[in-house]
Amino acid sequence: MDDAIAVRDLVVDRGGRRVLDGISCRVPRGAVTGLLGPSGSGKTTFMRAVVGVQVVGGGAITVLGQPAGTPALRHRVGYLTQAPSVYADLTVRENARYFAALYGRGRVEADRAVRDVGLADAAGQLVATLSGGQRSRASLACALVGEPELVILDEPTVGQDPVLRADLWARFHAMAAAGTTLLVSSHVMDEAARCDRLLLIRQGRLIADDSPAAIRTAAGVDDLDEAFLRLIRAGESDQTTTTATAGQEQS
Amino acid sequence: MNLRILAATTGRILRQLRHDRRTIALLVVVPAVLLTLVYFMYADQPTPPGQPTTFDRVALVMLGIFPFVIMFLVTSIAMLRERTSGTLERLLTTPLGKLDLLFGYGIAFGLAAAVQAAVAAGVAYWIFGLETAGSIGLVIGIAVVDAVLGVALGLLCSAFARTEFQAVQFLPVVVVPQLLLCGLFVARDQMAGWLQALSDAFPLSYAIEALQEVGAHAEPTGRMWRDVAVVLGAVVLALVLAAATLRRRSG
Repeated sequence: MDDAIAVRDLVVDRGGRRVLDGISCRVPRGAVTGLLGPSGSGKTTFMRAVVGVQVVGGGAITVLGQPAGTPALRHRVGYLTQAPSVYADLTVRENARYFAALYGRGRVEADRAVRDVGLADAAGQLVATLSGGQRSRASLACALVGEPELVILDEPTVGQDPVLRADLWARFHAMAAAGTTLLVSSHVMDEAARCDRLLLIRQGRLIADDSPAAIRTAAGVDDLDEAFLRLIRAGESDQTTTTATAGQEQS
Repeated sequence: MNLRILAATTGRILRQLRHDRRTIALLVVVPAVLLTLVYFMYADQPTPPGQPTTFDRVALVMLGIFPFVIMFLVTSIAMLRERTSGTLERLLTTPLGKLDLLFGYGIAFGLAAAVQAAVAAGVAYWIFGLETAGSIGLVIGIAVVDAVLGVALGLLCSAFARTEFQAVQFLPVVVVPQLLLCGLFVARDQMAGWLQALSDAFPLSYAIEALQEVGAHAEPTGRMWRDVAVVLGAVVLALVLAAATLRRRSG
């Protein structure tokens, strides 16, 4: 029961293609778990499945002790989509206040969320007039404003300047220290080192599920990028073996 | 449904509208301009003794048609924007209920339609001397019900549109047949039987008949109330169907 998310044999098909192929993993509570993988590896689909907006082909996902997509979870889970999904024709403050109201929070929480993502100066600005990075921070404010127990963030730091990125990661760790569980996706490996735990997926399969330190040790290198490369190579040779065996079984 | 969330959603939609000054101007001014056109079109037409003038007959029907057509279009596009901007998917991961969203649109655009109808009716009555046996208040009230019908059908149709191109095509499909057969061009009892049957199946026919009842009778008639009830029934049906087509999970 200490896991915020427990996934067993998750399979998702989209557009006739298998996007997630039998993923099983656990995400511990009160920590920052990184979901790493190249573009198209299935990160977003995985997050959508956890949030409960993805039609799932098989497997089971338990979120905060309940099946993913259970109505009660909507009060407890915050979701940041990859493309900023806020109202362009409202100001940052109006967006934050609207999403705050959906979670039963008030103006104080909304204004704090806007401040926390570094948009206090732009609070009165229409989202349509913001830069790409500001816009995605406005979207982030709306995901955090309900103070959810579990936060699913799909590439929250893309396009942010290095100082802001460091601020945001500090913020994520402060939230984790206060008991919030965070699942953060990224395709940038230098962000992997900032996570407490890592899930690496590639082509719909889970390649690694461990702490950054353990992954470094397992691969025998200090550089996480290189470590992942080795894990992928090792995984590929395994897969070739299994495919060969499967072929023999069929014939 | 949750009153707090419904109120927040209604307020959010009205705030979006408020930031769009040009749309507000178009909503308020266009019906008045079109009524002016209708007034001068029929200015020199002879009126048979004892009958309402052609302008009185047409303008009254127009007061019901404007809000219906305009709100249908505005709603289809607004809902499609929710879909394409990702805000719809995000909203469906929050505690917001589907009916909170749909009724939010109904109430917000219903209020906008009330302003629009008041201005259009004011112009028709006080500038162009529209005369009806019944009160202007009833005319405006029925116009708002027509607007809400447009909103409800717009919300339902937007579920079947993936792009703006498709969304606007629903205007000729859903709205124009109702306009042709509502009794404005040919009295409903003078149409071929199968056309009458179609007309009977279209909710707009009842909305227009209700207005004509107000035009002909000083006091609200039973038939008028029945017509209004039929239109409101169609609104509820369309909203329930729209809620059924809103899926929290997608592929």
